[in-house]
Amino acid sequence: MKSAPEKKKKSSYRSESAECWLMLAPFLIFFVVFTVIPVLISIPVGFTDFDMINTPEFTGLSNYKNLFLSDRTFIHSIRVTLIFAVFSGPVSYVLCFMLAWLINELPSFLKTVFTLIFYVPSMANVYTVWQLIFSGDQYGYANSFLLDLGIITSAKQWLTDTQYILFVVILVQLWISLGAGFLALRAGFQNIDKSMYEAGAIEGIKNRWQELVYITIPAMKPQMLFAAVMQIVAAFTADIVGRNLVGFPSTDYAAHTIMTHAYDYGWVRYEMGYSSAICTVLFLIMFGANKLITKILAKED
Amino acid sequence: MADTKKLKATSGRAGRKHFGTVMIFLFLFILGAFMALPVYLAVVMSVKPSQEWFIFPPKLYAMDPTLDNFREMFRAAGQLWVPFSRYVANSVIITASVTAAQCFTASMAAFVLAKGKFKGSKFLNSVIVVSLLYQSNVIYIVQYMVIAKLGLIDTYLALILPGIATPMGVFLMRQSIGQIPDAMIEAAKVDGASMFQICWKIVMPNQKPALMTLIIFAFQAAWNIQSGAYVFDESLKTLPTAVSQAAASGIARQGVAMAAAVFMLVPPVIVFMAAQKNVIETMAHSGIKD
Repeated sequence: MKSAPEKKKKSSYRSESAECWLMLAPFLIFFVVFTVIPVLISIPVGFTDFDMINTPEFTGLSNYKNLFLSDRTFIHSIRVTLIFAVFSGPVSYVLCFMLAWLINELPSFLKTVFTLIFYVPSMANVYTVWQLIFSGDQYGYANSFLLDLGIITSAKQWLTDTQYILFVVILVQLWISLGAGFLALRAGFQNIDKSMYEAGAIEGIKNRWQELVYITIPAMKPQMLFAAVMQIVAAFTADIVGRNLVGFPSTDYAAHTIMTHAYDYGWVRYEMGYSSAICTVLFLIMFGANKLITKILAKED
Repeated sequence: MADTKKLKATSGRAGRKHFGTVMIFLFLFILGAFMALPVYLAVVMSVKPSQEWFIFPPKLYAMDPTLDNFREMFRAAGQLWVPFSRYVANSVIITASVTAAQCFTASMAAFVLAKGKFKGSKFLNSVIVVSLLYQSNVIYIVQYMVIAKLGLIDTYLALILPGIATPMGVFLMRQSIGQIPDAMIEAAKVDGASMFQICWKIVMPNQKPALMTLIIFAFQAAWNIQSGAYVFDESLKTLPTAVSQAAASGIARQGVAMAAAVFMLVPPVIVFMAAQKNVIETMAHSGIKD
């Protein structure tokens, strides 16, 4: 037989447990209905032929077969997404880190001002202004400016010439990419215990660079991981910027990412089965990228 | 003698550091100018009269600034079957509901995930971290099917409910609450407080920065909700949808589009400015420990 206090402890644990689930319930209901269920549904739907009106028809692996064996646009979109992710992801990550670091070296009023300046683009939906900047005629700011300097001799078709499309879209994506990850890194720098630098100075650390490598980065690992997750999501699911800036579909599918492909089949052609298969592939790619980055960042100890 | 030498050395070092700070400022200033340029141009174009649009070379300022574009935007949006104020009201209702509901549900969930002792706590915590990856538009299409199945199409709820539970909101809140010492929670338990009471009476009053951060992110997301695919009843459409419709239909199209973009950007910027300090404080705990 159990002793009385032990029994009491157990029952209080059980009542706390019940209370915890009760408090979790409001969040969990919405989370399960609008995030978990969609994720879980999209996997089986990927094995069917489904147009949103008729009942889905099981077609086995045929969606995946089509994707990888006969859908050349999809293979192309993987290439575009990877180019996009490789350029916009790491560059924006380094940019977030560098800016957060430099801003932190300034006096507090300037910190506030610069944080605002760099963060505002992530809130702005000003694709029209970018269209004007890269407008194909000489009224476009980019063309006018570059013509003026003599760098180019004729107006460039930034938004329709396949040579430039991806470059322009990546540039704008970088511009809006200083979001939550940037704020996390900003906070990480701010939060580092100042006495660690004093201790470092005694140990023989001489300049800002050494401070960064030996003190700051090790102390900021958690924020760096969070920012990495944010940047991965943004880089791999990029789609809206491209569609708004260079149109849909873009010339020769130059800015056609995996996400754009899923949009095409889901919203334009109503082929939900196929679209879900595309999203599942994207999930797997992102999951892999996340595991890889986590490993790299965790290793650097 | 030795003292002055030492003094000189340190002041030299301070001078170097000071010089470095100036260089950093200059660098950030130049980069910041480039970052701010598109936003600046949007503001300039929103006050440019239509006759200045085709001046060559394009100017970086408006010679004769006017509010015509804004007037045209309000006029065009007011002609979309329902008065402009209706769109504003819709967006305010939706933004306020999403933000309030998110704060309420995320606070409790985050507290329990950070401090509660129950079976499944570890599992749920890892689900939240993994789902940070899934908060994107990847699940958009299937989400639409769920909303349609629930019969929410053409109601406010179609726009409000999906925005309430965001993994990032709970994650940030949980990280912040995790900093509170366990002893404080235990002491309250000994005093007979329930988890619910501890959450709202002891923990949350100290979580103002985290709550402000949550409000900012929720506000930004909710304020920009496009009612597009979910609502067809004109009187339920949101402000972003209305202004983009207005921008697409007005005569001075581009000017109106700029006015719309600038108009939509003002509230989130104000909210962010007001709460920046709190945000930075909260994001310091945002790290993922692996």
